[in-house]
Amino acid sequence: MFDIRLITAGICCALISLNLYAAPDIERQVELTHLLKHDCGSCHGMRLEGGLGPALKPERLASYSVEALTTTILHGRTGTPMPPWSPFLSEQEAQWVAALLKRGVAP
Amino acid sequence: MKLLLLSLLILLPFSQAVAECLTRGTGDLGIIIERAAGSLKVIDRSAKRELFQVKGLGDLSHASAVYSRDARYAYIFGRDGGLSKVDLLCGLLVKRVVQGGNSIGGAISQDGQLIAVSNYEPGGVKIFSAETLDLVADIPATPISSKKGSKTVGLVDATDQKFVFSLFDTGEIWVVNMLTPSKPVIKKYTNIGKQPYDALISPDGRWYISGLFGEDGLAMLDLWHPEKGVRRIMDHYGKGKQKLPVYKMPHLEGWAMAGKNAFLPAVGHHEVLVVEQDSWQEQGRIKVHGQPVFVIARPDGRQVWVNFAFPNNDVIQVIDTESLTIIKTLKPGKGALHMEFSPRGEEVWISVRDRDQVQIYDTRTLEQTGSLPVDKPSGIFFTSRAHQLGL
Repeated sequence: MFDIRLITAGICCALISLNLYAAPDIERQVELTHLLKHDCGSCHGMRLEGGLGPALKPERLASYSVEALTTTILHGRTGTPMPPWSPFLSEQEAQWVAALLKRGVAP
Repeated sequence: MKLLLLSLLILLPFSQAVAECLTRGTGDLGIIIERAAGSLKVIDRSAKRELFQVKGLGDLSHASAVYSRDARYAYIFGRDGGLSKVDLLCGLLVKRVVQGGNSIGGAISQDGQLIAVSNYEPGGVKIFSAETLDLVADIPATPISSKKGSKTVGLVDATDQKFVFSLFDTGEIWVVNMLTPSKPVIKKYTNIGKQPYDALISPDGRWYISGLFGEDGLAMLDLWHPEKGVRRIMDHYGKGKQKLPVYKMPHLEGWAMAGKNAFLPAVGHHEVLVVEQDSWQEQGRIKVHGQPVFVIARPDGRQVWVNFAFPNNDVIQVIDTESLTIIKTLKPGKGALHMEFSPRGEEVWISVRDRDQVQIYDTRTLEQTGSLPVDKPSGIFFTSRAHQLGL
């Protein structure tokens, strides 16, 4: 009656989406937003409109996927001053920050 | 006489702003940037209290300031390209112009007549009248694309009415002579090194030094002998060593000189570099708590105070410049962003962003002696800067 492959695929999908959308708890979200404004902001500007590092506004990030942004956040970009943030952020947290950047952060 | 009194009576209601202005000297005043609120506090350094809060200054993350010669006006350079002129005695924003898309600092000319602002976007330097903030000269940077010029950093004033700055993307140093304001004369030095991120000028105005992010070493121009060109110093520094990630760019503003030695933040190493001035030979490296951001000498040169990049920005260390050792590690709190010494060095004021306060320390006892509530403080600028080259 039930196709085991479909069920497995369904569970997998559920797990993947759970992973993608499992946001850090509220307290950590506040910390991450503070980090974004003040520490990422030391190069990208407190309003993320750019500085020594480029602007991180949704229009500029439109062509980048959440995955690509997550990788940049976690591992930095060689040849530029962008450092790896993996010592301070988990993959899930970096994904949450990347998605937030794509949506836009209230100033 | 009657006529005079009468006219005073008529004028009085219209001059309220003037009536509220203080009548006093400005020698012991200062401003503290409130980076998140886009405001600043005018403070009395002797009374250790706030005199005014001035609002409406735009995005002040990474803001800096210079003073008019009479130390009555502060010029504030905002991140959003805003240039604001603030009257310290009246606590008033006199004028504000948005002169660029994204700016990073500025300087006032030797004669006090010109204000130069350094821009990330569109890249380049604009020069304004200190009196009116009207544009006097526009100096676009070397283009890096059809729309953008190189980011300009490390802008300082120099003797003989010059401004000097570095170009981050194209690795250049430019010296702009403003003796004839309508006709700036620009001398360009190219291939000075990869990604100069900031620069400083020695208090005597002779040495202009750019820190390089993209490679080891520093680029130095002797302004007494500009014909000799830019030379590299400390280029053996850090060779072959894996650089640590840098979570906030160090600052070279200010010049930590003590005796014959200059103290500089290393980049990607948790060290303060000690270099002998004149020979420019390394004298040593001092292991410190993190990536140094500001390395600032007490005005008499006996101590050097250091703050650090994220995640170590809750700590300040004090170095004794004779023994080259750390004599104190302070924990003012998260986001200890900036330090400013009183001009004779008896105290230092420290911005502690996440505590919303400025802490005051006695530099003899190395103990905290007071604090002031300030909303997300960053840069602290005392009016004594009005009389110092390069500040």
